[in-house]
Amino acid sequence: MIKDANGLIDYTEALKNQSSSELKLYVSMGTCGIAAGTTPVLNKIYQTIEEKNLKDIIDVVEVGCMGLCHSEPCICLENKETNEKVYYGNLSEEQVVQILEAKFDTELAGAKVLNKTWNTPEDEEISDQIQTRIVLRNSGVINPEKIEDYVMRDGYKALAKALTEMKPAGVVSEIELSGLRGRGGGGFPTGRKWQFAASQDADQKYLICNADEGDPGAFMDRAVLEGDPHSVLEAMVIAGYGIGADKGYIYIRAEYPLAIKRLEIAIAQAEELGFLGENILGSGFNFTIELKYGAGAFVCGEETALIHSIEGKRGEPTFKPPFPAISGLWGKPTIVNNVETFANVAAIIRNGADWFKSIGTEGSPGTKVFALAGKINKVGLVEVPMGTVLRDIIYGLGHGIVDGREFKAVQTGGPSGGCIKADKLDTPIDYESLKALGSMMGSGGMIVMDEDDCMVDIAKFFLDFTLEESCGKCTPCRIGNTRLHELLEDICSGNGTMETIEKLKTLSAAIKDTALCGLGQTSPNPVISTLNNFYDEYMQHVDRKKCPAGVCTKLVSYTINDKCVGCTLCARNCPVSCISGERKELHHIDQSKCIKCGVCYTACKFHAIDRT
Amino acid sequence: MSSCTCSKDGGCSGIEEINLIKLFPEKTSELDRYIETLNITSDIEQNRGYLIQVLHRAQGIFSYLPEDVQLHVANKLSLHLSEVYGVISFYSYFTDKPVGKYKINVCTGTACFVKGAGRILDELKRYLSIEEGETTADGKFSLGGLRCVGACSLAPVVMVNDKVYGNVTTDMVPQIINDCSE
Repeated sequence: MIKDANGLIDYTEALKNQSSSELKLYVSMGTCGIAAGTTPVLNKIYQTIEEKNLKDIIDVVEVGCMGLCHSEPCICLENKETNEKVYYGNLSEEQVVQILEAKFDTELAGAKVLNKTWNTPEDEEISDQIQTRIVLRNSGVINPEKIEDYVMRDGYKALAKALTEMKPAGVVSEIELSGLRGRGGGGFPTGRKWQFAASQDADQKYLICNADEGDPGAFMDRAVLEGDPHSVLEAMVIAGYGIGADKGYIYIRAEYPLAIKRLEIAIAQAEELGFLGENILGSGFNFTIELKYGAGAFVCGEETALIHSIEGKRGEPTFKPPFPAISGLWGKPTIVNNVETFANVAAIIRNGADWFKSIGTEGSPGTKVFALAGKINKVGLVEVPMGTVLRDIIYGLGHGIVDGREFKAVQTGGPSGGCIKADKLDTPIDYESLKALGSMMGSGGMIVMDEDDCMVDIAKFFLDFTLEESCGKCTPCRIGNTRLHELLEDICSGNGTMETIEKLKTLSAAIKDTALCGLGQTSPNPVISTLNNFYDEYMQHVDRKKCPAGVCTKLVSYTINDKCVGCTLCARNCPVSCISGERKELHHIDQSKCIKCGVCYTACKFHAIDRT
Repeated sequence: MSSCTCSKDGGCSGIEEINLIKLFPEKTSELDRYIETLNITSDIEQNRGYLIQVLHRAQGIFSYLPEDVQLHVANKLSLHLSEVYGVISFYSYFTDKPVGKYKINVCTGTACFVKGAGRILDELKRYLSIEEGETTADGKFSLGGLRCVGACSLAPVVMVNDKVYGNVTTDMVPQIINDCSE
């Protein structure tokens, strides 16, 4: 138990003075690393260290997500003397043994040695690199299950500063001055939100961390919780002190079992050392944190719905005002902030508002974490200053489109966002610029699409999602989106007319204006943005009854041309056996049986199959 | 085995409705022990706050939440059955139907979608001859969609219980099903 701020300084010093081994070996043990097969690699590492008696030379650190999802399983070997770091990716068990035996020989082992620029810790020289790590400052660097690792990297220092050197109002105004905006997507100024709750006179206030990361293709909050859970806990105690709340909840999706496990460990450790509980660091301030589990409802990312869910009710949103900051959980003033927002707080308190404002743009200070996915070479997590241009993210950090194909669009903001075209790739991104492009920041998912993706189909995909996730409370969302989906279905199946397009536009505008909550109001965005940016593609579906990307099966037909050499590969691959023909003779597709799956088209090595 | 307890007048299909609470007393007491660790009082608002976590635990124990389990939970927390059912039917994580031994879920996230998850789902449906949300007659396999698991680098992703299959192609479907039998 640490009694006060001086106790924390002593504790940190003692940890730093502990002797450490010559080499540190970081092993990426986030969800996607484990899914990609890191566990056997890790076991092999322990086995080799045991066998070769390397225990005194190498410290193994099991870390959270390094952001290098494209190269899992992956490790990083660091020399403590020289601070030299080498990353290895796509590792096999055999390669790991070779690396350990050679200790630092990058030429050996045949494993892919990764570019260092991808992962840049906060304290490194970053001038010529694109990434700046504030939120992910500890992810991939510390063992998330050891509070000592966090404390050694100045963890809980901000809490000590807030509790001993600052008044609650000072904490709130520091966050307000920093210009930090909600990273869950809306971009509301965090400090102002806190101010609302702080100014309320109530016997009980609550603080909620929204970890119900529901946007498909977004996994930054999971990475923070799995890689650096204490940064969120520390920020919650600071926020609780600022607004006068002594009870915090973390609302986390049940789909994130590893994050839940690491949070449970972190909470127990913080309680043990006295960073949570009563009389924290001798300040007289009390704060406890409890985990609450989601149960698979996207709408619970909306704050009023989330509050109902914590109360044990159906997660239906209610009309605002009153805002939760005035009347929230069980009718008490409640602040709901997203994981990534909280992950910025300790760094701001420690380094000051001016430091934070020096990063990013004037209207959107700081950084943003993006999850790059889809048809991109380097799928992974990146953190860049606000104002970075899209091209630098997609072509710089993401290394462009797979197989050198043509970039078609990038989708940001999940089901509430929109698609951005190639001619807008040089836009510096912040909350306002993305809105101007008809998309939104959202939680930070970036799905890259190429010429094989049909934009009408993408719009339909997102409406599928919204339809399933609509809570059904308000008519515009429940009925309106069903009709929107039917209209898109008409277009994709060749029954669309100009009238369908007009109806799409009118109905989208009506839903946007009249739906109850954020989910409903933004649900037509994928339709509106694809209509605006890819109108020609809609027209091809409507006018010519063709799907240029070859995705809408009812508008596509496959035929075999005279380049066919009769290799029978297509016939053997066809799942419904509708291709006939003798060996070395021209084959034929029975159109009445063809399910248009495109397997023959991909299988043919002679460009003998036409897709029209 | 208990006799049919359903109260439907003439509407009973003749299939015996299984009462899990009566059938598995040891499972029921496991659930009860968990509920006892919570601070259940006469304050219904406060009790309701525990509902979702109790349901998570109950589903973990019984694997699904039929009416008798819902009623048991409702009585323990002094809530109405309708409230409990309202919550179960709202959240996709809860199910009141039995599920297969192997829960095969295709990730429906955007990254998996653009990488062809739809084709994988179609192939699984064809291979198992069931639709999404259904269970095979032998109770072995359930097929469903799954919200983004965040393993986007491995898209398209299929999960079988806790096991993750990445970069799945339609060719891999027989192997995935085969793995379950081992």
